[in-house]
Amino acid sequence: MAERQRIVIAKPGLDGHDRGAKVVARALRDGGHEVIYTGLRRTPEQIVRTAMDEDASIIGLSSLSGAHGHLFPKVCSLLREAGMNDVIVFGGGIIPVDDRDGLFQCGVRAIFGPGTTSSEILDFIEQASQRNCGVGSSEEWHWG
Amino acid sequence: MNRLELAKELSAIENGELKAESGQGLIFAITGSPGVGKSCMIDALLHHLTPKNKVAILAVDPTSPLSGGALLGDRVRMSVLDDNEKADSIYLRSIATRSSSGSIPSIVRDLSTHLLARDFDMVLVETVGAGQSEVRCAAIADRIILVEGPGRGDGIQAEKAGLLELADLIVVNKSDLEGADKVVNHLKISLSIGDNPPPIMKVSSLLGDGIEDLSNKLASMPQRVGSIRARMRQRLLMSHESQITANPHFESVIDRMAQEGLGVEEALEELQSVNKLR
Repeated sequence: MAERQRIVIAKPGLDGHDRGAKVVARALRDGGHEVIYTGLRRTPEQIVRTAMDEDASIIGLSSLSGAHGHLFPKVCSLLREAGMNDVIVFGGGIIPVDDRDGLFQCGVRAIFGPGTTSSEILDFIEQASQRNCGVGSSEEWHWG
Repeated sequence: MNRLELAKELSAIENGELKAESGQGLIFAITGSPGVGKSCMIDALLHHLTPKNKVAILAVDPTSPLSGGALLGDRVRMSVLDDNEKADSIYLRSIATRSSSGSIPSIVRDLSTHLLARDFDMVLVETVGAGQSEVRCAAIADRIILVEGPGRGDGIQAEKAGLLELADLIVVNKSDLEGADKVVNHLKISLSIGDNPPPIMKVSSLLGDGIEDLSNKLASMPQRVGSIRARMRQRLLMSHESQITANPHFESVIDRMAQEGLGVEEALEELQSVNKLR
């Protein structure tokens, strides 16, 4: 089994649907990781503070509201400002394909849409945690 | 306070790489059955305690016995963290039970003393939702607050031995629901038969009733007379258990029990002999 990670699963912004986030949280739990769920409607600042206090190595952001283009990069830049360059960020939800490259360029390492299997997300966690691909890394690698 | 540094220190203590420091202040265990309202009561308490006091919360949730993973969900109920001024004086950390048995892993005591050394005034430890016989929290806490609520069984529940006998304070939560007074009465009658009954309070975390009284009580809460020997027993048992679970061969010995039929006696002997070598 992969090394146990501490992962924050967060719902940034005004978005009231978290079934997807809960399913991912559950899949990561069953994959042997410690998952901290933030609950709904968190600000990027709150998410970064949660990851800081919990000493999380990975953050998963879920958005179905269309505001991912603002919220995901904001979380990445706040992490860099806080000196948390090693933290790996991935996202999921309803993210149009055309928006993904922009998010990858901001430091997001994977985007998982509807239909993703839990084993794919676990594979990503395992591979990403073996690479130096935190938000502060200059590496261009991303999943998919 | 450098939060990032503190978080890294706590991880190092949890992983056995750093020795915990000790400081001044009380460690409270907040315990009770699942769904009785421990998280919400802590949230309501924090609204009163902060920003005047610096409070650390260690919220414990169970580790899966199958996968070793955990879903740590106590943050969801912490509305107090939405208030930036208050959030600055709060440090909340979610803890998984990992390989320990019971409602609190022994490492929580070390994490708590270290937080007190980092200038927190008090530490609130929220246990896993715990049953009647779950007295392990006596090993890590200076004071035990047992949370009860209405609709949890008849009067005979209050007569049973266990956690009720060790609690320093009993809080009946959900006083906004029918039946809360009845629970308070059952508890009062039952505990009045024994020596040194603990105080019983009635609160509603939902409405905020009684929460201010409760927060005032924390600083001056006496330890229940006659519980010291039981606390020491739990501390000894917990420390013995953590010697076994901290053994680097712990998981591989379990594998051999499951796959190769290694017996319990032999397994124990092996773990203890490796301990002596270390």
